[in-house]
Amino acid sequence: MANLKVKFCGVEFPNPLVLASGVMGVTAAGLLKTARAGAGGVTTKSIWLNEHVGHKNPTMIGTEHYFINAVGVPDAGIEKAQEEMAKYLEKHHVPLIANVMAKAVEDFEAVVKEVTKLNPDLIEINLSCPNVEDEFGKPLACSVIKVAEVVKLVKSCTDKPVIVKMSPNVEDHVGIALAAEKAGADALCCFNTFGPGLVMDLETRMPILANKVGGVSGPGIKPLVLKMVNDIYKAVKIPIIGTGGVITGNDALEMMMCGASLVGVGTMVYYNDVAGFAEMTTQINGWLDEHGITNIEDIIGTLQR
Amino acid sequence: MNQALQTYGQPKMVTIKKIVQENEFVKTFFLDVSLGVKAGQFVNIWLPGVDEKPLSVAYDDGSQTLITFYAFGHMTKKLFELSEGDKVGIRGPYGTYYTWNKGDTLVLVAGGYGAAPMYFVANEAIKDDCKIHFVVGARNKDLLLYLDKIEKLPNVELHVATDDGSMGLKGYNTEILKDLLAAGEVSRVFACGPEMMEKRIVDLCSEAGVKSWISVERYMKCGFGVCGHCCLDDSGDRVCKEGPVMSGELLAASPEFGKYHRDKVGKKVKL
Ligand SMILES: Cc1cc2nc3c(=O)[nH]c(=O)nc-3n(C[C@H](O)[C@H](O)[C@H](O)COP(=O)(O)OP(=O)(O)OC[C@H]3O[C@@H](n4cnc5c(N)ncnc54)[C@H](O)[C@@H]3O)c2cc1C
Ligand SMILES: Cc1cc2nc3c(=O)[nH]c(=O)nc-3n(C[C@H](O)[C@H](O)[C@H](O)COP(=O)(O)O)c2cc1C
Repeated sequence: MANLKVKFCGVEFPNPLVLASGVMGVTAAGLLKTARAGAGGVTTKSIWLNEHVGHKNPTMIGTEHYFINAVGVPDAGIEKAQEEMAKYLEKHHVPLIANVMAKAVEDFEAVVKEVTKLNPDLIEINLSCPNVEDEFGKPLACSVIKVAEVVKLVKSCTDKPVIVKMSPNVEDHVGIALAAEKAGADALCCFNTFGPGLVMDLETRMPILANKVGGVSGPGIKPLVLKMVNDIYKAVKIPIIGTGGVITGNDALEMMMCGASLVGVGTMVYYNDVAGFAEMTTQINGWLDEHGITNIEDIIGTLQR
Repeated sequence: MNQALQTYGQPKMVTIKKIVQENEFVKTFFLDVSLGVKAGQFVNIWLPGVDEKPLSVAYDDGSQTLITFYAFGHMTKKLFELSEGDKVGIRGPYGTYYTWNKGDTLVLVAGGYGAAPMYFVANEAIKDDCKIHFVVGARNKDLLLYLDKIEKLPNVELHVATDDGSMGLKGYNTEILKDLLAAGEVSRVFACGPEMMEKRIVDLCSEAGVKSWISVERYMKCGFGVCGHCCLDDSGDRVCKEGPVMSGELLAASPEFGKYHRDKVGKKVKL
């Protein structure tokens, strides 16, 4: 069996499969269940400083080809995060990424300072959720200037490695990635969901999601993510969490070959449940053994062009 | 693909064929669809433009699906106003269901609209030659549900308790369960109702060494195991996926069950 360990921003992950933000991440119990099922790391649902109410149901729709959601990033605020993260870190099976969210650039300071005190292994800043556009306007991750501003601010108020969660819905994803790197980001998470998109009911001619539109994830976005991850990999030096449409172990290998050091896995849980993490590592191990590769890190960025 | 799979991830509009008003606050809808639901499972009911909420299935006879619901808040009150011929969206079925062995003696304990899923269990279990004690309880006799339907089932003995003594035993239905457990020969106990009642049932059954299975309710977003909103402390078991029918042993080990639940933003709320 190959060595699946990945060192990422100085933190060792037992395998490269990281639970993506927003899936199974409301409580410590959910994160620990996913860690026990075989995830190499876990990310919290986006944490706000104060309570934030999400959208009404339906918030999620699944099909064979894609998944779409507009949960609206509900959260109880920092007090709940304090309790749940402490509970997670007591057991601490695998590294914890705290994903944080705020309305405006300056609001990131308070939430990042509070979350830093809770001692997660890494902090991921969510600048890219397409589901709250009505509330907040275009995501911060869509502007080179805004991204640089947030990253500089966040870096000045934490000593934890900072991951920037990128939006795929931009004109120049490489430019944004470079801006984040230049401003001091330690890593990138590519990507949040695509869109927004719309799913309607033929009978009533109504959009099904209560928010009407939502972010698209799952199998259908994989080719788009692979290409854009590879573009960014070639341009930046900081490591990447490749996230989007990874369902199988082979998908994860492809994502790493395109340049990801870690692989974010969210919607997979809809198709294969949390047990899918262990199935994915089995498939990854099988492929690596077959190809005589002993260290998974050796495949990163090995796409032949 | 079968019909159940088709409606799993995306709601489908179906017609309300018939409506029965059970009491002042409770109605039963007969929906023109069968999803192959098993007793104990739930569906998500969508009112376009309003909301989508989880409801237990009160019966699925292979051609129609019954739901019995209480006009509680903004969505269920709107649902309550619909008429025969109107349509609602449905997807599911989701979650675990009740199981038994042929010839078992089952005690079904129901509080409030819990009578509906328990009626579904009784209907199916009698086909497997089970003997059933059906224990219902409510504050007063006007709030008791499904009595006439339960009385018509063969091999089912009905036991009633009301808080004010207006029908049956004056007191909690768990007192009746206690007597049945003491008399012996109970194979399994199933319960659906207020969580404090369910907690008491779990305790009584574990003292008596009888296995119990309980319908648990928690705030749900997706209903199919993705969001993690309904994970129980500390096991992380999802009420929508590893539940809603959960074993009394698992619940007895949970620091959450019978003590608190979480609201729509995930904050703990004392029961
Ligand atoms: C597995 C399951 C089976 C259920 N079966 C039935 C049933 O057969 N009959 C019935 O009358 N009710 C049932 N319920 C409860 C039903 O879902 C709530 O009464 C309904 O969601 C209330 O919505 P509302 O908009 O009318 O009220 P609101 O004003 O939104 O809320 C009132 C209360 O209902 C509960 N609730 C609200 N939204 C949700 C949600 N999305 N998920 C879970 N709970 C929620 C909360 O405790 C809340 O405080 C079930 C719940 C679950 C989880
Ligand atoms: C139900 C759901 C909720 C999500 N919530 C968040 C969130 O709160 N914060 C965030 O940064 N990303 C969130 N995402 C985006 C995912 O973390 C991920 O970037 C995206 O879904 C693509 O990966 P996937 O195809 O593996 O799901 C959410 C995705 C889904 C499906």
